[in-house]
Amino acid sequence: MTDSLLSVSDLRVSFATPDGAFEALRGVDLAVAPGEVMGVVGESGSGKSVTALATMGLLDRKGRITGGAIRFRDADIAGASRRRLRALRGSKLSMIFQNPRSALNPVRRIGQQIGDALGAHLGLSRRKATEEAIELLRTVQFRDPEQRMHSYPHELSGGMCQRVMIAMAIACRPDLLLADEPTTGLDVTTQKHVMDLLVGLVRERGMAMVLITHDLGLATHYCQRIAVMEQGRVVEENEAGTLFAEPQHPYTQRLVAASPTRESTIEGLAGGGAVALPPRMAPAHRAGQGPLLEVRDLVKRFSNGTLGVDGVSFALAPGASLGLVGESGSGKSTISRLVCRLLDQTSGEVIFDGQDVGAVRERDFHRSPHRRDIQIVFQDALESLNPRFTAFDSIADPLRRLGGLRARAALTAEVEDAARRVGLPIELLDRLPHQLSGGQRARVGIARAIAVRPRLLVLDEPTAALDVSVQAVVLQLLERLRRESGMAYLFISHDLGVVRMLCEQVIVLRAGRIVEAGDTNDIFEHSQAPYTRELLAAIPYFVPGGRATQEAPPDVTGVPA
Amino acid sequence: MIAGRVLRLIGRRLLSSLPALFGVVTLTFLLMRVLPGDPAVFFSSGPNTGQAEIELIRERMGLNRPLIEQFGFYLRDLAKGDLGNSLTSGQPVAKDLMARLPASLELTIAALLLALAVALPLGFIAAMRPDSAIDQIIRVFCTLGVAVPTFVSGLLLIFLFYYLLGWAPPPVGRIDSFGSAPPVWSGFLLIDSLLAGDLETFGAALSQLVLPMTTMALFVMAPLARMTRAATLAVTTSDFVRTAEALGLPRARILVSYILHNAMLPILTTVGIVFSTMLGANVLVEKVFAWPGIASYALDALLSSDYAPVQGFVLMIASIFVILNLVIDLLYSLADPRVSIE
Amino acid sequence: MTTTITRQRGTLRSRRGLLRVANPATIAACAGVVLLVLVAILADWIAPFDPLASNVRNALQPPSARHWMGTDQIGRDVLSRLIVATRLDLSIAVSAVALSFAFGAVIGGVSGYVGGRLDRWIGRTVDVLMAFPLFVLAMALVAALGNSIANVIYATAIINLPFYIRFARAEVNMRRHFGWVEAARASGNSHARVVLFFLLPNVLPAMAVQISLNLGWAILNAAGLSFIGLGARPPTPEWGIMVAEAARFITTGKWWLIVFPGLALTLSVLCFNLLGDAARDALDPRRRT
Repeated sequence: MTDSLLSVSDLRVSFATPDGAFEALRGVDLAVAPGEVMGVVGESGSGKSVTALATMGLLDRKGRITGGAIRFRDADIAGASRRRLRALRGSKLSMIFQNPRSALNPVRRIGQQIGDALGAHLGLSRRKATEEAIELLRTVQFRDPEQRMHSYPHELSGGMCQRVMIAMAIACRPDLLLADEPTTGLDVTTQKHVMDLLVGLVRERGMAMVLITHDLGLATHYCQRIAVMEQGRVVEENEAGTLFAEPQHPYTQRLVAASPTRESTIEGLAGGGAVALPPRMAPAHRAGQGPLLEVRDLVKRFSNGTLGVDGVSFALAPGASLGLVGESGSGKSTISRLVCRLLDQTSGEVIFDGQDVGAVRERDFHRSPHRRDIQIVFQDALESLNPRFTAFDSIADPLRRLGGLRARAALTAEVEDAARRVGLPIELLDRLPHQLSGGQRARVGIARAIAVRPRLLVLDEPTAALDVSVQAVVLQLLERLRRESGMAYLFISHDLGVVRMLCEQVIVLRAGRIVEAGDTNDIFEHSQAPYTRELLAAIPYFVPGGRATQEAPPDVTGVPA
Repeated sequence: MIAGRVLRLIGRRLLSSLPALFGVVTLTFLLMRVLPGDPAVFFSSGPNTGQAEIELIRERMGLNRPLIEQFGFYLRDLAKGDLGNSLTSGQPVAKDLMARLPASLELTIAALLLALAVALPLGFIAAMRPDSAIDQIIRVFCTLGVAVPTFVSGLLLIFLFYYLLGWAPPPVGRIDSFGSAPPVWSGFLLIDSLLAGDLETFGAALSQLVLPMTTMALFVMAPLARMTRAATLAVTTSDFVRTAEALGLPRARILVSYILHNAMLPILTTVGIVFSTMLGANVLVEKVFAWPGIASYALDALLSSDYAPVQGFVLMIASIFVILNLVIDLLYSLADPRVSIE
Repeated sequence: MTTTITRQRGTLRSRRGLLRVANPATIAACAGVVLLVLVAILADWIAPFDPLASNVRNALQPPSARHWMGTDQIGRDVLSRLIVATRLDLSIAVSAVALSFAFGAVIGGVSGYVGGRLDRWIGRTVDVLMAFPLFVLAMALVAALGNSIANVIYATAIINLPFYIRFARAEVNMRRHFGWVEAARASGNSHARVVLFFLLPNVLPAMAVQISLNLGWAILNAAGLSFIGLGARPPTPEWGIMVAEAARFITTGKWWLIVFPGLALTLSVLCFNLLGDAARDALDPRRRT
């Protein structure tokens, strides 16, 4: 053990909550060698972030280390004094966090903040410190560092803020960097830039790094060794190549089975029991009918003048599934609201089943007979369920308003039927949202949407906030529902891997315009547009058997300044 | 470059506060027109005014004209600084108000400074040591402080310090009957007496000021301390302070540039709100201590059915408040780079 | 800060939520409020003496076995006056808060939901209202409309309105784009139904918590206004009036005339404040002050 830079043995951490003590870590063992890039993966509640915070001595006031040891270069730091910790942090051990925007001081220029980081441990003169700060900004690929020194965090994008954080973290040349979900919230192309930069710097300076993430693909791409955590313990640890190719622990096996790979299909994705899916409807069956949904030259200009959607047209056949992909600001969410008639378009037509539903204003659409034909499922994180409604109430509301059901018996029968169709146990119907798990809430949201048996279901990132094992189950559920009922899906996502599995057709959006559209497999194999190729190249595919070879080199022209 | 930005800022904020000022003026106008009785009589110079003079006033105010014309005359009078006359004092209201304004301001500003000097450090300490004994004590103090009415605490202070202990002078105004007022420069007794080098008067004025100032300060200490504690606590648990700790920044740097600078912003807003409350509480304190300020002037007038001073008082207070908000807004914009100039 | 513990938000319905706030101070505050209400209702029966009966020979007596809180300057029993005053003070406070809550919730809710020009105009009106400190506006209103208890209630309600309008507006605005609000629309509810049956019920608990705190403030203000002579007038028993009449006697040491009404005021406000704080903590422990 003497050659490891950081060694954590049997670490136990407990938090004081109003409901009693909560054991976040129950005996964690980890070792990081100098210069090694180690991954720590796990789902929510696994304790991976807590481990990093405990190592840095940054636990919440309510958290305490109740057992075990943390040794950095063979010296115990778990019980270190504040003064010693202060001396170590930033100079030997460093950490970067998720949500980079909120992690920077909003009232201080970034040049000054980098200067603070330098000044904490290196006794540099003011001039030297400024030079060094500019140099650091250049290292993290800022195009005009002299200008950027004077910027405030709110003037920078998420990716830029994260790069500033990286600059501050490596400023004093620490030996070890802890990166806690550094790419959460960043677009997939930005994510790739930031990760490539980070790992490049780490290798260049001979630093060791611990990458904490829930994304198995990211971990296999960049890490040499990976540890899997579940419920406060490390359940398995191995070389990146072997860990997922030959998982030993049942949890790791479950995780691998549920994580989408480049080739996985919905049927093959297992999460808590593979479900036999009914066969797909043959395309020929649908060709005879006209399109269910047709969108022509849709334009949406917001009240502040920005153009959210700039002339988008597409069609969707009955029972088909179409994916809308794009990064933030691409207009995909806006289009979903326009199609669902929750937002009025500036110009353009929305034609459903041959009728111009776009002509009906959104404030009157609740009375239209087509209201029940177009329903929507939301991303769970956006509080998709009314906190004061039980699951029953949430599912019953559309049945009352649109189905005209008032009698208790008839209503209950329909609600229970919808619950059965989504695999929600009947006894959960009396629960309030905060008493349900993420997966259960997702099911209630889906039940609510399909209760009135719509013909078109719009899905706005329905699995983005879910753990990967839950996501697998929900995706299979969605696919099964579509095949059973013949609903058409309009699936909005930033996650190309999920879209690839679920959607037959895909449209790639950028800045409110369609970049490319067509059959999913065609686009994924032989994309024509450079932007699409850049998006595809940026996806960190999960390849259980080993590290994936890089796609085409990263598109440097897209590097944000 | 900085000066240009500041001037533009002032200009824009001034423009945006005009609607509020206009609203205040309009509201006051409407209120006074709803009065029972003859407005011309109220704005005349005394209870014994002749009929001819009343007719003249009626003409000037346009009481025989449509409401919108009356409003025009009203605005014209305001622009000239004519707020009518007080029936009880016989003087123009504007003159009375200006003469008594320094007394109210001196009291309020002194109370605010005292409150800030006590509440800010207390709130800060409570936030830096949350859930400790001192935190609990400060929180109890805050909870109690908000519950005691100002007039009760004022009277109790008089009882304690004047009647029982004999430390404070009798609560009969700004300066005792034996002292003489120093030459008027600012109207603030404390400043004027210091400028004149008259330490005895300074002492006398200060001793008269202590009790009313403390009463008023007590009233706002609790909410100020509470807000300081909440703001500081929110900042100490924020992500960016965690980053600063993660980088091993020295304690002093974190305290000043990361914690204090950010906590100051909501505290600044609270000071504005608190000042407004104090302007209102002025009425109570001036009554308890017989303080010759604008609030007691207006109150006495109100109870004697003399309405011109009340109108003048309302306008003056609301204007002070609007200007104060402007200043706070300005300071906030300078302190927080996220607030755009537009 | 993102920690990995999932904390269950307590609702007042859940047992955990109630247990969390059941500490001695809160229980005492609850009891205090109940006591106040009971005294207000039963005042006429429990007052030992007639609050208006004067007995000049017995004037300015300190507390004794017969008069637990002493007598005032014309011989009236302070305790009886205190008890009867509870009813007046409480009813003024309750009426004013109820008015401003009801109007504020609806105006603020609609303003926050509809946005746009309506929202801006309501915002400007609120700004103008907030430019008048309470006492100043109360004085202006009383001057214009006459010196009566009803006008004092209206004045207090109007001054309090901006607070509820802003609160309701902020809460509704925050939730306007939540999934469940859009889902309500997709389920066939009109905008009006969404505001009334979906948004307001979610916003009202947080606002209701403010009511308790607000009641304390309203009591203080009602007493303050009558102290300066607006609203209730002698010989009506009211806490503020009692202090006003007693003010002259403080310099001659007749402390009981001030202390007991002052205590009544402080304790009632304290109880309402503690209750309000507890309710706020039960709903969302993160917002503790």
